[in-house]
Parts: sequence; structure tokens; C-alpha cells
Amino acid sequence: MTLSTEYGGTARPESGGETSPEKLLVPVLSAFWDEAESWTLDTYRRHDGYEGLRKALAMSPDDLIAYVKDSGLRGRGGAGFPTGMKWQFIPQGDGKPHYLVVNADESEPGTCKDIPLMFANPHSLIEGIVIACYAIRSNHAFIYLRGEVVPVLRRLHEAVREAYEAGFLGKDILGSGLDLELIVHAGAGAYICGEETALLDSLEGRRGQPRLRPPFPAVAGLYACPTVVNNVESIASVPAILHRGKDWFKSMGSEKSPGFTLYSLSGHVTNPGQYEAPLGITLRQLLDMSGGMRTGHRLKFWTPGGSSTPMFTDEHLDVPLDYEGVGAAGSMLGTKALQCFDETTCVVRAVTRWTEFYAHESCGKCTPCREGTYWLVQLLRDIEAGKGVMSDLDKLNDIADNINGKSFCALGDGAASPIFSSLKYFREEYEQHITGKGCPFDPARSTAWADKHLEVTA
Amino acid sequence: MTAKPADQEVSLGMPQLPAPDYPADVRARLEADAREIIARYPDSRSALLPLLHLVQSEEGYVTRTGVRFCAELLDLTTAEVTAVSTFYSMYRRVPSGDYQVGVCTNTLCAVMGGDAIFDELKQHLGVGNSETTEDGKVTLEHIECNAACDFAPVVMVNWEFFDNQTPESAKRLVDDLRAGRPVEPTRGAPLCTYKETARMLAGFPDERPGAVGASGGAGPASLIGLRLAKGESPMPRVVSPRGEAPHDAPPQAGSEHLSSHDAPQETSASDPDHPAGPAAEEGE
Repeated sequence: MTLSTEYGGTARPESGGETSPEKLLVPVLSAFWDEAESWTLDTYRRHDGYEGLRKALAMSPDDLIAYVKDSGLRGRGGAGFPTGMKWQFIPQGDGKPHYLVVNADESEPGTCKDIPLMFANPHSLIEGIVIACYAIRSNHAFIYLRGEVVPVLRRLHEAVREAYEAGFLGKDILGSGLDLELIVHAGAGAYICGEETALLDSLEGRRGQPRLRPPFPAVAGLYACPTVVNNVESIASVPAILHRGKDWFKSMGSEKSPGFTLYSLSGHVTNPGQYEAPLGITLRQLLDMSGGMRTGHRLKFWTPGGSSTPMFTDEHLDVPLDYEGVGAAGSMLGTKALQCFDETTCVVRAVTRWTEFYAHESCGKCTPCREGTYWLVQLLRDIEAGKGVMSDLDKLNDIADNINGKSFCALGDGAASPIFSSLKYFREEYEQHITGKGCPFDPARSTAWADKHLEVTA
Repeated sequence: MTAKPADQEVSLGMPQLPAPDYPADVRARLEADAREIIARYPDSRSALLPLLHLVQSEEGYVTRTGVRFCAELLDLTTAEVTAVSTFYSMYRRVPSGDYQVGVCTNTLCAVMGGDAIFDELKQHLGVGNSETTEDGKVTLEHIECNAACDFAPVVMVNWEFFDNQTPESAKRLVDDLRAGRPVEPTRGAPLCTYKETARMLAGFPDERPGAVGASGGAGPASLIGLRLAKGESPMPRVVSPRGEAPHDAPPQAGSEHLSSHDAPQETSASDPDHPAGPAAEEGE
């Protein structure tokens, strides 16, 4: 990528050069996940927990917003909107209650960063919430956690209890005069509730369906009051920025995409897992340091940030994984969910399954998404089963085009992404399914245990 | 009790009579819980999702009685409550088993073996999707991505994580559940029943000693990057990181097949010799 020198941040990993994980990785949020009781308040405080809050409370709320804005922190939930700017949009002196809602509805296929973060280090999130609420003058915050992760719910309940007991939540926090109530709210199984306005409707006790914007949540969010909706990782990153300084934060990544973030490696790789690194690391670097693809196989396609971000191929191994780099290469950084599939994987099968997901999770509000995803599934199932015809491929593109950008929320756009990108890079494979009247792949070869017998003798 | 939707007959005549209320003692108990939940929210209707979890914790699914209860407490119509409860996949509409076994069959888990696990379990249990075994113990479902892709293929039981599963480990898991043998997730606390889980979802913390800390700070995959950054060598590259590592291979961080549900069996990764780190230190 030619972008790599333009932004010039000091710690930005240079493509292809450095492979030492000690230099390339920067565990911040994950720094003490290996401790025996990493989730407790005691452990968190041993690692400077709630020190960022003390610094924040010594500032005025407006200065605090400006500080977070200056740090360049951008949303980690997918869209990359500057966090400080979101806070700044909250009107002040309007006499209405303000709310902070943390989007912990992590459900984008491939995305698996917030769940381990909240499981291993819930207090970083709570500290970030207190800081954010002080900044936006909110006395009521919510963590909207997807319901299907009871182990995380348990830890959040406990962490919130500990924080109240220690005086980090409740009345007059650390003598600052800030009162804050924090509610952990469990969802009930609906991908769409990860969309911020659907999340607000759901939190209001309704079906989770997106709202037309404007008005934006900053003006009319929860209960029609000014509301900030932030992703878990965005909020959890704030305490470290306060504690260690915005200059430290900006020393990582690039000018437009500064800081550290969690990259989630999954699929046919030797070592799937969480890798915390400065923004702008490449998949090649991550694979080189972590053992690469599973033995004897090569990368075929991957997503930079979940299934809703257009897929990449092995041509894109050196794309810097930051907002600008991935955007310039035709996709989106999204949630940094790097799902890697090797040559044993049928792209038609993968896309069909994602499309079934979007059809299942479409909330039904907008016709293009509700109907379009349904018809995409019908066509894809036929193609996968060898019953497709060549004109189906253009039809897929056409339907995806009629969904993309034509619905209230991004679910429709997300449904179109795998269709467009897979047809762009793997049209031949679709054609093989049609001309060969079936799928040429053996799904057994893709499984995690497919090569087990080979390894025993290796 | 192979659960087909119970009331399939189409009613064309009289509308249904109002659902019966709970028995007085149940009503009193649930109402106290519900009032506690409602008091947490600036607007009472925000308590609807938690209340639906609460009624599910009473009867195992959202009954007409439960809908009526939510409606009365929140001053909504039963139609409004039903519209919400039918939108969300975690609210059951029919009686189901004590243990909901959900196999992730979204793309990544499916490709890594989730499809094979789901097929094997269907055959092994003799039930289809969303159906319950004759003994009323296990309801089998395929589920969507549960944010554990680095532990694929993933099976959830009552929404606790069973990571890095194989068809064999999943079959042992359901056999253990049906036989009433204790089962522990790779990430999460020792299993409780679906109803008890629903109570936590309603907003009441798990009071069991050790439940919060069970299974340690983070799963092995969550620690891979941290270990590399600390200069700890995770493993030689030749050996597969997942699935059941060959027994003659050196144990490696992140490579465990952590099926602690089959703890008594020496072949499982819950063998005390395995190197799972914090994830193995249950009860610490």
C-alpha cells in the first residue's frame, strides 16, 4: 500500500519488515488478562485502574471532551466515527437528561473482541463509562449486552457491584459531585440491536427496529433525550488515554487512525485469538508472527472487519489495517474481525451462509432488505446445490445493488457486501457451481480436525 | 415431548379468553422481582425485555400468562408485549428442555466444523432443529455467531461457552447432560438450568459461590497475542492449534481442546497436566 508512509506515526508497523511480536503488539486493554483474577477490581487497580478517572475529574467536562477529541480516538464498533466528536454533539444546558448507552451487542459475524474484553477486564469499560458520563453530563448509563453471553453478564454484574461499593459509581463519585447510575441490560437475541437506533428502541422495551435519522441520537436518542451510543472497546480505551496521555496514544498508528486496537484472528490460522496492536498492522504481519495459516494450506479469502465488510484475498495481505488503509483498498476496517479461510473453503457456501444470516436477522422494516435478502438466499441456495443458471449471477448483483444504500440502516449494506465482493474476486467459482451442477468442495477438508491424522505423524 | 409448535389449530371463531393469572404465591414473588427491575429504569417500559426473561425463568418459556403479567405490570396491552416477545429469538414460544444446546452454524463456525457437529447431534439425539429430546433434557438449536470465532467451532449450552468442539466432544456433552453428570463450560460457570439462566438475564446476579470466577480470566485464544507480546513462545508451527491435539505432541498454549465437561476422562484437556493457564484454574 502506498498509504503507509503518508501518515507517518512513529510506531506504525512498516509493511513486510518487522515481524517481532514484542515490537509489533501493544497489549493495553489485554495487558493483564493472563492474571489469575483479571476481572476483579483489585487486579484492575493494581494495573493503574481508575487513575484515568481521577485525571478526568480534575478537568472540566468541556476540556475532557476536547482532550478525547484531540487524542484522535475513533469508534471501534465499525464505523470509525471520532469518539470525542460524538460526545461534543450532546447539547449542553438543554435541561434534559443525557444518557450514555454502551453498545455491547457484539454480533457481527466474525467479531469477537468485546466479549473477551468484558469477560477478562470489565472494569476498563466501567471506568470509561464514568469518564464519558462526566464529560457529557449524564447521570444514567446503560450497558446493552447481548443476552447470549451469560459468562460476561455475570462478570459485568459483579464488576458493577464492586464499582458501586468502591464509590466509582453512585452518588458524588470520588467527591466530584458526579452522580451516576449504571444498569447492565441483557438483550434477547437480535443482531439488528447492534445498530444504534434499533438498540435504543430495544432498550425502550420495543422491537429492535432502526429509526430514520435525523434526528440523531445525540439530539433525540433514548427517551427522545440526548444520547451517546459508543462501542465497548471505544469506551474501554478512554481510561488509558487519560492515564497515559493523548500523546502516547497518538504515538501509535497513523495521524488519522491513531492508537491501539484489538485484532481478532480466526478461521484456518495456526493461532486464532486476540492480538492488540497499533492501528495499521497488516494481516501479513499478524500471520507471520503467529504461525501463519494452518500447515499445508494457503489463504484464500478473508474479511477485514466482519462479514459486512467486503472480503479480501491474498492480494491484500499488505493492506494497513486502519480506517484509511482498508477503505482505500475497497473495504472497511469494521470490527477488525479477521476471518481467514483457506483454499479448502467454498466461497459460495460461505456467502450463502452469511446471506442466510442477514435474511434471518433483517428486522423487516425496510422492503429492500427484507425482500432482497430473502431472494438472495433463494438464488444462492440454488447455485450452491447446482441448480443455478448463469443469469443468476447478474441477478445476485442486481438484487444486492437494490438493497445497498436503500434501507434505513447498514444491515442491508452489510448483506450486499459479501455478494459484491465475492462476485468480484471469485466469479469463476460461482460459474463452476453452475456448469458443474454442484459444489466442487468437500466440506470435511475445511474442518478444524480435517488434518488431524496428518499431524500425528508429522 | 419432541416439541412441535403446540397449538397449531387455526382459530376462526371466538377470540381466546384472557390467560389465567399465576397462582397467588407465584404472582406475589414475581411481582416483587418485577418491581425491583422496573425501579432501575427511568421509563418502566424499558423493563419489558428483562421481565420477559423473568417470566421465562418461571415457566421455561413465554406463556400467555407471562405475557399478561408483563402487560399488567407495565400498563401495556398483551398485543404490545407479544409483538416484542416474538421479535427476539431468545424468548421461547413452546416448552423446551432444561438445556438448550446451540451449535453455531454461522459461516466461520460452520466451515470449521459446526455443520458437522450439528448434523451429528441431530442424528445422535434423534431430533431436528429447535426440537427437544424425549426426556425433556436437551433442546437442540443452531445459533448465529456468538462472538467466539477464535474458539471455533463453538457450542453454547444455556448460553455458556463450550469452545473448540468436535462431533465427539459434543456428543459426550449431550450424553452427560442427559445423564445428569456435572458439566462445566470452557468459559463460564458450572451449568444451571435454562430457567435459572433466564433469571440472570432478567438482571439478578448469579449468587452461587465461585460462579463469577469460574473458568478463569480469559480463554487461551484470548491470551495468544498477549503471550507473544511478552516474548513467550506460544508453540511450534507444525502442530495444529485446535481440535484435539495429538497426545504425543507437546502441549501448547492455545492448542487445548478445552472440553471441561468431560473432565473425568483422561483424554480431555481438563487433564491437570494440560497447560491452559488461567482458564484451567477453576475455582481459584
